Amino acid sequence: MSDTTAQQRAETRTPVLTARNVVRRFGGLVAVNNVSFDVRPGEILGLIGPNGAGKTTMFDLLAGSILPTSGEILLNGVLVSGEAAHRRIGRGLGRTFQIPRPLPNLTLIENVMLAAQGQAGERLLANFLTPRRVAAEERAAETRAIELLELVTLARLAHEPARVLSGGQRKLLELARVMMANPAIILLDEPAAGVNATLLEVIIDRIRDINRSGITFLLIEHNIDMVTRLCHRVLVMASGQLLCEGSPDEVARDPRVIEAYLGGAA
Amino acid sequence: MDLLGYGAFFLTTALIFSLVTLGLNLQWGLTGLFNVGLAGFVAIGAYTSALLTTPDDAARLGGFGLPILVGWLGAMVVGGVAAAITGIATLRLRSDYLAITTFGVAVVVQLVALNAQKLTGGPFGIGFIPRPFGGLAETPLLFNLSNLAVVSVVTLIVYLALEHLSRSPWGRVLKALREDERAAISLGKSARFYRVQAFAVGGAIMALAGALQAHFTGFIAPDNYLPALTFQVWVMLIVARAATSAPSSAASWSGRFGPDREP
Ligand SMILES: Nc1ncnc2c1ncn2[C@@H]1O[C@H](COP(=O)(O)OP(=O)(O)OP(=O)(O)O)[C@@H](O)[C@H]1O
Ligand SMILES: [Mg+2]
Repeated sequence: MSDTTAQQRAETRTPVLTARNVVRRFGGLVAVNNVSFDVRPGEILGLIGPNGAGKTTMFDLLAGSILPTSGEILLNGVLVSGEAAHRRIGRGLGRTFQIPRPLPNLTLIENVMLAAQGQAGERLLANFLTPRRVAAEERAAETRAIELLELVTLARLAHEPARVLSGGQRKLLELARVMMANPAIILLDEPAAGVNATLLEVIIDRIRDINRSGITFLLIEHNIDMVTRLCHRVLVMASGQLLCEGSPDEVARDPRVIEAYLGGAA
Repeated sequence: MDLLGYGAFFLTTALIFSLVTLGLNLQWGLTGLFNVGLAGFVAIGAYTSALLTTPDDAARLGGFGLPILVGWLGAMVVGGVAAAITGIATLRLRSDYLAITTFGVAVVVQLVALNAQKLTGGPFGIGFIPRPFGGLAETPLLFNLSNLAVVSVVTLIVYLALEHLSRSPWGRVLKALREDERAAISLGKSARFYRVQAFAVGGAIMALAGALQAHFTGFIAPDNYLPALTFQVWVMLIVARAATSAPSSAASWSGRFGPDREP
């Protein structure tokens, strides 16, 4: 019951993330076709759809790695569609990749520490002018990075280079890494892909814990079980368009959704 | 004794070359930026410092007779700014444009050195560049050894500063950008901003090396900065990287951070 009031309150607050009539063409192909939606504060919103539906392209648009052909993207009510990708995380949007992108020759802990925001030591001269502050911030970042690696069960590999990780572990590392930036919303692109059943439970638990601590999620996933268990709401995309939205159960029963998935397979 | 003097002279020249190599290693080894016009940045440093420190000469602009240290700092500033401008102008584009542009910079600097007689003395170059410990010129051995000491100290300082940077969060960002640009960008690092910085610092170090060389020989001319110089430094970097176990500073540094390390 407290859940529903929280839900209602969330609906009236400024959305964390908004897509407004977003279009993205690749030559003749319209990968994302006039898509609009809001992500409400505190929710876990699912984004599902058959292969090639345009989900990852939508993520790239939201994260700024590609620019929309037309349409707008707002983060906490601020228009960001024209802004460079590296500025999004400072505005509270973090993302992971469908194919994980660990920095292979950096250690796990370096991978995570890299994501800390506003570190003095990332300014060239601060390393000579205020070395103490840099060192203190590095120690704090290291402590936090270890905590996050513990959270995703990778702490014992902290000083190994990230290239030794398995596919599933890479997904976990990306989760820890993006958490380090303290984002308000995290976009997860298929966090369960290639992850074994045990690790999958870990990932589900962690996402739930992190969400309870107040962080919003937008989650692309093919694993319907995971979507049903985690998501408060689900958007369905097919052929670049938003097909429908609703609770996981509603969506799963919707004949259009079933047809889209079967049509994609045929 | 003569041999000792020659050894000191030779070592000094080698150290100046290592200094240029350290600059190149920051650009290429750590950041992956291809500089095929580094002779241009060395020349900028040499001419800047010469202009600032030589006694007044009616035939050309300046010199300004400033202290040698001011000349070196000026060389670093001008070299760094020139590299920053080169980077800002090209790093928005594909990385091959940077290579083409650095080559262009070297050609332009060469042409200016040859033809802007009022500024650079033209083909005859600039002489009477004040030498540190010029008073010792009567005793060549002592003179060479003191030069060696100065160049050693400068090279050591630059080396330690770069080591410090490569281990700093700043260096971590550079490595991350080289390993996976998209991942680093998604974590809030501006690829262009950091690359311009690394390129500028590398350019400043090259210019400093050019300035040291100028004050060490006391005379510079456009011929000193032909493409052959760029080629020699690249060979040094490649050899140093191949011989990672060698105790040379360039080797140890680049060996660890060469851009084509095994993934
Ligand atoms: N850079 C690109 N250039 C050309 N076409 C692209 C590009 N990126 C994606 N596409 C096309 O856009 C469409 C949507 O791709 P997208 O990766 O967004 O699908 P998806 O929903 O994430 O699929 P999956 O579930 O398989 O990951 C596909 O047809 C794809 O081939
Ligand atoms: Mg995808």
